[in-house]
Order: sequence, then structure tokens, then C-alpha cells
Amino acid sequence: MPSALINVPAKATRGETIEIKTLMSHPMETGYRRTATGELIPRNIITSFACRYNGVEIFRADLYPAIAANPFITFFTVATESGKFDFEWIGDQGFSETASAAITVA
Amino acid sequence: MHKPDHSSRRQFLSLAGGAAVLGAVPVVTLRPAEATPVMLAAAIRNVVGAAVVHTGKVKLDVPPLVENGNTVPMTISVVSPMTADDYVKSIHVFNEKNPQPNIVNFCLGPRAGRAQVATRIRLADSQKIVAIARLSDDTFWSASVDVVVTLAACTEEVI
Repeated sequence: MPSALINVPAKATRGETIEIKTLMSHPMETGYRRTATGELIPRNIITSFACRYNGVEIFRADLYPAIAANPFITFFTVATESGKFDFEWIGDQGFSETASAAITVA
Repeated sequence: MHKPDHSSRRQFLSLAGGAAVLGAVPVVTLRPAEATPVMLAAAIRNVVGAAVVHTGKVKLDVPPLVENGNTVPMTISVVSPMTADDYVKSIHVFNEKNPQPNIVNFCLGPRAGRAQVATRIRLADSQKIVAIARLSDDTFWSASVDVVVTLAACTEEVI
């Protein structure tokens, strides 16, 4: 069952640079591994990750099979206003997950 | 007197044939599916085009000795004021010996506040990792790190 872990500070002062940590549970199967009987396991990875802050995209990542299982991505942004962060992961085999986190900017 | 001569010639031929087979097998098996420095250069050219890639401004933080190539922490930071007219547009990470030369692309903007990202990657072998940052003035800056991997990713079988 896919599940996301998001770490965003609940409160920040205006103009403060905050760190956002995200972790999505996913096997990130590379497509290069084989089973014991020699069959190639089809690729199943997350290909893109995006973060929107009140609807505006502030961060995006294109992922390749060289990203470890359960992709963990951290980045920074400037807290400009109170509102919501929306996170989106899209991948192979129809994988699509979203998560969100709220922030209060004083 | 004639017969032993004949058999030794036959032995020689079979030995020579066997040696040729032994010599031929490694040539085939020693060509694993891995990115080569040529593929690394091509992948970098794909991103930067004809632009010159300078060395500096980028800091690529990866442990120099990795015990488990399946999950390697990596932090990239770029020296940039991150203002509206001077910021990091994107960061691209490449490798030399994984099956594919690309590892990850990050798109940042002036709202990032600090040009620093971190993730966990896979490494199939001891190799060189290259990070390239594209700044808002469309110049490219890079850093590279050599990593020694003791347990490689991608090689284990799934039961």
C-alpha cells in the first residue's frame, strides 16, 4: 500500500527558508534485475515528483532507476504565506499518489 | 613412430581449440549492461548542449566509501544567492557505471531560498558521480566525486 511521509514545519516566519522532507514507499524496481529462474522483472519506478505551494510549482524532480527504493527527497523553499503544500508522485504501471501539508506563516 | 606424432598433433589442436574457446567466452561475458564514460559524456551533452561546463560552485556530498550500493545518501548544494535574478534553475546528477547514465534531475527556482537537495541513490559499482547545476544565466557548473562501493546494487536475485 503506497504511503507518504511528509515533514514540513507547521509554523514559520515570513521569508524564512524551510526544509521539506518527503518519503514515498515504493519498490523502485529497476527493470535490470532477474528472478531466480532468469526472467527479467519489469521496470516499476516513480518517474516524477512535484511540489506545489498554494498551487504554484516550486520543486520538481525526474527520477531514474538509480534512485533507491522508497524515494527520499529533501529540498528547501522560502515561506511566503500561509497555505498548503501539495505533493505528487507519478510512476510506471499507473502509479499516482498525492499528499499535502499545511503551513502557518506569521 | 609415426602414430605418437599424429596423436600429439591432435592433442595440440584440441588444446589450442579449447584455449580459443576459453579466450572467447570472457570476451562475451565481460561486456555487462553498464553505462560507459562515453554514455556519461553523451548524457551530459544531452543536458548542457554545446555549453561549456565549469568546475566549481557545486558541492556533491556522497560518502567516499559505500558499504551498500542499494541506498547511498547524496546531498548536492550550489553556491548561489537564490534571488529573483540569480538562482539555480536545475541540478542534474550522472554516473559512470550504472546501467543508465542518469540518476536524477531536480528543477529549482528562485523560491527555493537555498540551492540544496538530498536523496538516496543506487550505485552498481565503484565509480565517478557527476553533478551539474544550471544557473539562471544559463552557465553550467559541475562537481564530481569518486565513490568506492563494496556491495553493489542491482546484482542480487529476487527469490
